[in-house]
Amino acid sequence: MQIEARESVALWQVVLAPLAAVLMALALCSLLIVWTGSSVGAAYLALWQGGVGSRFALTETLTRATPLILTGLAVAVAFRAKLWNIGAEGQFYAGALAATLLGSGAITAPAWLLIPLLLAAGAGAGGLLLGIPAWLKVRFRVDEVVTTLLLNFIVLLAVSYLLEGPLKDPLALGWPQARPIMATGVLPKLMERTRLHGGLLLALAAAGLIWGINRLTIWGYEMKAVGSNPEAAAFLGIPVHRVILYTSLLSGGLAGLAGVSEVTGLKGYLTLDLSPGFGYSGIVVAMLAQQHPLGVVAAAVFIAGIYVGADSMSRSLGVPTYLADVIVATALLGMLVSSWLTHYRIRWEKKRD
Amino acid sequence: MIELFFSVSFWVATLRIATPLIFGTLGELLCERAGVLNLGIEGIMTMGAMVGWLSVYQGAGLWGGVVAAAVAGAVAGFLHSALTVRLGLSQHVTGIGITLLSTNLAYFGYRMVLPEVSSPPKIIPFGDYPLPGLSKIPVLGEILFQQPPLTYGAVCLVVAVGYGLYHTPLGLAVRMVGENPQAAEAQGIPVYGVRSGAVVVGSALMGVAGAFLTLSAFDAFFFNIVNGRGWICIALVVFASWQPYKALAGALLFAGFDALQLRLQQIWGGGIPYQFFLMLPYLLSIVALVLVSRQSRSPQALLLPFRKGERT
Repeated sequence: MQIEARESVALWQVVLAPLAAVLMALALCSLLIVWTGSSVGAAYLALWQGGVGSRFALTETLTRATPLILTGLAVAVAFRAKLWNIGAEGQFYAGALAATLLGSGAITAPAWLLIPLLLAAGAGAGGLLLGIPAWLKVRFRVDEVVTTLLLNFIVLLAVSYLLEGPLKDPLALGWPQARPIMATGVLPKLMERTRLHGGLLLALAAAGLIWGINRLTIWGYEMKAVGSNPEAAAFLGIPVHRVILYTSLLSGGLAGLAGVSEVTGLKGYLTLDLSPGFGYSGIVVAMLAQQHPLGVVAAAVFIAGIYVGADSMSRSLGVPTYLADVIVATALLGMLVSSWLTHYRIRWEKKRD
Repeated sequence: MIELFFSVSFWVATLRIATPLIFGTLGELLCERAGVLNLGIEGIMTMGAMVGWLSVYQGAGLWGGVVAAAVAGAVAGFLHSALTVRLGLSQHVTGIGITLLSTNLAYFGYRMVLPEVSSPPKIIPFGDYPLPGLSKIPVLGEILFQQPPLTYGAVCLVVAVGYGLYHTPLGLAVRMVGENPQAAEAQGIPVYGVRSGAVVVGSALMGVAGAFLTLSAFDAFFFNIVNGRGWICIALVVFASWQPYKALAGALLFAGFDALQLRLQQIWGGGIPYQFFLMLPYLLSIVALVLVSRQSRSPQALLLPFRKGERT
């Protein structure tokens, strides 16, 4: 068996790679469905119908995709510059926390002022939270993987403290949750009798914006240059450290926006289970999309569909919901392999002696 | 406050908290010395905790559970090495993928075996195993020689890894493929084989680290049982400058602080919210990383995939 690099990667291969990864993941996970005793066909049919099978299912999937687009963009932006941000989960909560601090009674303002203010505060909080590990990386050469991971735990504990202490809603019957966001701070609903909210438009706009930055601006070029070869980038006169810091603010800001969007658009108040791992799923979204901002939108909708569909499959067939996370993780590993296959080919003939 | 450090129970607790960290840190250290970052550790520990517990629950015996956890870890490690060593894929992303996969597979498996239970069923965990003679030594014996078996195992393992890495040909090979795989290959060392082997063995140790949690520290499996210990092991490897004895020292220091915060929580419990005590280990890890990162030198080929006949 020999491995050789392909000379070029065709567009159809780039498009086909995530599809192949997803099919592989579904095929492998059907083994788990067999274990549960359900029929594979019935299970995937239930998943499909629960995820996209009706108008309501579709709106639920898009609602779930909203934070995933933003955390996916956050990870994509960072990974493109080889800044290993594994802390989108913590940045998400930092954003939600900032929106709660300002939006649940501290400031009284009309909606046109309050909503942008909350968005800016959340993005700022998320950006600063990633700014710390990024600064430690450039200043002290501290590996950002570990620091961003550990900050997730610290932020979650801080939120837990605030929800049980200073921010606790006295009307919440003892549940650790913050007071609700004021009516003028709530993102508008997009459709009657669904949970779709303005956060989706925000997420789509962010994807377009990032695409524009990557494609059209010097800054986007610099981030890519730093990611592909920092030594060469420095040689070209690109301020590598400054680019890493800017990237961290942008990436953390996007994850923070996801937190604001969830708390002001969907839930209305901050709880400790606001995110079922959106930060970590964002990594899968970014990888499936191969860091392309518009691909992030598609990947986020797909992953959201899996989660929403798995919920309803779990209700009707009794398959544990963790199946969704297993499918998503398998798709991530499958994506790595299939993108490898677009760059290399395997020759099975034996070596000549 | 001062008398705390003279109490036997404080030091006993420190050693016990350190045990899973020692196994996990040594496992990660083996992977990284061979040039492979293994971010799968958090998930592999969860998998080890679940598989170890499940085997004992099904009647395999405690040591059977430890072996099963090691095998589960090795399987996950094999997957990681196949993707990162053979194919040269991103070690960061593969590791996160392994963590997501093995964590959720463990939860899925747990739910399948025990569909609707509110309180997890318990097993009889490892008890203390006083070493005959030695445990009779006052104070020192009580601290060091009245421990559960896996704690002795962890300390012995440090010596074994320390000796193996620096005084055996295999250890030299592991260090070489992590520092300069091209030179190793020129010496006739099978780079892929040694790297994969180190990842598989290291991951097996991570599995045992998880098993300690369900089979010795607690007596049941529950969700989020690992709770960031895997990530702390990764920080400890950096803190230890990739050296086994320093890893032991780091794990003990860290566990000492953890035991301390548990005691302080009891003393000052009313005044300071418990979340701040729980935060300490994570904050401490970050501070430790900042302190050592400047002078510590990672294996030179860490994160770099090796491709035969290609220069980097």
